[in-house]
Amino acid sequence: MRRQTVTGVVVSAALFVIAATVPVLGSRYYTFVATDIVIFAMLATSLNLLVGLSGLVSFGHAAYFGVGAYVCGILMKAGGVPFLAAWLLGGVGGALLAGVFGYFCVRLTRVYFSMLTLAFAQIVWAVCFKWNDVTGGEQGYPDVPMPDLAFLDWLPWIGSLRSGDKFYFVVLMLATVSMLAMRRIANSSFGRILTCIRDNLERTQFIGIDVRRHQLVVFTIAGGFAGLAGGLFGIFNRGVFPDFCYWPKSAEVLIMTILGGMYSFWGPSIGAAVLIILNQYIVSRTEYWPLVLGAIMLALLFAFPRGIAGAVGAAWRSRDRFNA
Amino acid sequence: MLEVRDLRKSFSGFVATSDVSFSVRRKQILAVIGPNGAGKSTLFNLITGHLAPDRGEVLLEGRDITGASPHRICRMGMGRSFQRTNIFSRLTVYENVQASLIAHQGRGLNMWRRSDAQLRDKTEAMLQSLGLADECDTVAGELSHGGQKQVELAIALAGEPRVLLLDEPTAGMSAQETGEVIRLLDRIVEERELTLLFTEHDMDVVFSIAHVVAVLHQGRIVANGAPEEVRRDALVRSIYLGGGMH
Ligand SMILES: Nc1ncnc2c1ncn2[C@@H]1O[C@H](COP(=O)(O)OP(=O)(O)OP(=O)(O)O)[C@@H](O)[C@H]1O
Ligand SMILES: [Mg+2]
Repeated sequence: MRRQTVTGVVVSAALFVIAATVPVLGSRYYTFVATDIVIFAMLATSLNLLVGLSGLVSFGHAAYFGVGAYVCGILMKAGGVPFLAAWLLGGVGGALLAGVFGYFCVRLTRVYFSMLTLAFAQIVWAVCFKWNDVTGGEQGYPDVPMPDLAFLDWLPWIGSLRSGDKFYFVVLMLATVSMLAMRRIANSSFGRILTCIRDNLERTQFIGIDVRRHQLVVFTIAGGFAGLAGGLFGIFNRGVFPDFCYWPKSAEVLIMTILGGMYSFWGPSIGAAVLIILNQYIVSRTEYWPLVLGAIMLALLFAFPRGIAGAVGAAWRSRDRFNA
Repeated sequence: MLEVRDLRKSFSGFVATSDVSFSVRRKQILAVIGPNGAGKSTLFNLITGHLAPDRGEVLLEGRDITGASPHRICRMGMGRSFQRTNIFSRLTVYENVQASLIAHQGRGLNMWRRSDAQLRDKTEAMLQSLGLADECDTVAGELSHGGQKQVELAIALAGEPRVLLLDEPTAGMSAQETGEVIRLLDRIVEERELTLLFTEHDMDVVFSIAHVVAVLHQGRIVANGAPEEVRRDALVRSIYLGGGMH
C-alpha cells in the first residue's frame, strides 16, 4: 500500500473509533448529537457527489432524503417490514425518484438545472404536505418504531447499552458502509469521468462520453444515498415530517457541503459536524441562530473559500481531493 | 474515409457553410485553408456533430453520421482538437489522457475499479510519445500554450481515432514549436495510419505536410486539389492578395 493509503486508513479508523466511543464517554445528549451528525454527514456526502464531484448544484436534495424517510417509516410502521429491508427500500425510493426527476434536470445546465431540482423538490414537499392518507400530511407521520435491535444483545458491551445508543451504533455502521461505497464511486473510473464533466463538459463529450447519461446515473445514485440517510433520520426523529423535503433542508445540506469543502471527499462531513455542533451551542444561548449562522458563514467563507477541508488540505495534501 | 455532401449551415440568415462537398481518402492529409471567418471551424463543427447542418450529409467510412451527437461520432473513430484549446485544465496532464483512455475503453460507468492505477502503462506510453512524460503531474491549465495544445492532441489520440480533425494546431506557436508540431504530426499520421484534416493559417505548414488543400471562402469551397495546383490558382491568389501566399 502507498503511504497515503495507509494514512487514510489510519485516520478513518481513528475517526471511527472516536465516533464509536461517544456513547461510552458521554451522556444521552452526546449520543443524540452524534447520531444527527453521522446522518447528515452521509446526506451531505451524497449531495457532494453532485456538487463537488460532478459540478451539478442541486437545490432540491432534501426531496430524496424525505422520500427515503417516508418510504422506510411507512414500510416499518404500516407494513411491518423489517428495518434493514425497509431502510434499503427507502434508498431505492430515493433513487427511483431521482432517476425520474434527473431525467429532466440533466437536460438543463447550470442555474437552470438548479432551479429545476428545486421545482421538483417543491412538488415532492407539496405532495407530502397534502397526501393525508399516506404521509399524514401536514401533521407528519409520527411514531416510526425503533427497529428491533435484540440481535445486538449477544455483543459484549453494545448489547447492554440503552436503545438510543444501540441505534447510534447501527447508524454508525450503516453510514460507514454507505460512505465507503460513495468513496469508492468517487475514486472509480466513473468518478474520474464526473470530474471531467465538471471541468469541461464539451471536451468530455468529445472523448466519447454521453454526458447526460453519466449525469443521470450520478444523480440517481446521490438520490439513493440521500434516501438511505432519510430512512435513518426518520427513525432517529421518531417520525417523518414534510419539512424533511422542504427547501430550507436542501439549503442546510448545501451549506454543510460548501462550508466543509466540496472539493474534498470528507469536507461535507466536517461541514455537517461543524454546523450541527454550532447550532446546538448557539441555539441554547440565543434565539438569533440564523443571524449568528449568517455571520459565521461569512467569516468562514472569507477565511476558507474552499471550505474547511480545503484549508486543511492545503497544508496537508489529502488524496481524497477531487482534483480541483 | 470521410465524405461530405452538399453541406449547408446558416446562422439566423448568415450563410456560414454553403454547398460544401469533398472527400478524403484513408491516410490522406487534407488542409482546409481560408481567410478569417471563411467557415473552417464551422465546417469542422458540422462534421463532428457540434453543429447540425441545415442540409447535406456527412459520411464516415460509408456510414451516415449526419446529426449524430458528438460523443457518438467520437466513439465511431473521430478525434478532434478545438481552435480554442479545449482540455481538462484543472486535472493533471496524466488524468487528462487517462480520462480519454477510460472513455475510449467504455469504462466510463465502471464504479468499482479505482481510477488512479488504471491504464497506467497506456497513459504513460502516450505521454512519452508526445514528449509530455515530464509534465505528468502538472495541472494541465498551468502548461504553456504549446504544452496545452500538446495535451489536447494526446487526449484526441488516446481515443485511437481513424480520422483526426485539428483546428489550427500551430496557432500562437513560435516558429520552432511549429516545426516540432509538424514533425510530430507527420510521424503520428504515419505510425497510426491516420486520416488527417486540419485548418491552418500558416502556409508553410500547409505546404509542408498537406496532400490535398481545400480553400474555403465565404462558406464555399473555391479550390480543391494538390498543393501546387491550389498555389497557382488565380482565384485563390486574389483571395489571399497581400496575405500569406508565397
Ligand atoms: N454559432 C454561431 N452563431 C453565429 N454565427 C457564427 C457562429 N459560428 C460561426 N459564426 C459565423 O460564421 C462565420 C464562419 O466562422 P468560422 O468560425 O467557421 O470561421 P473560421 O474560418 O474558422 O475563421 P477563423 O480563421 O477566424 O477561425 C463567421 O462569420 C462567424 O461569425
Ligand atoms: Mg476557426
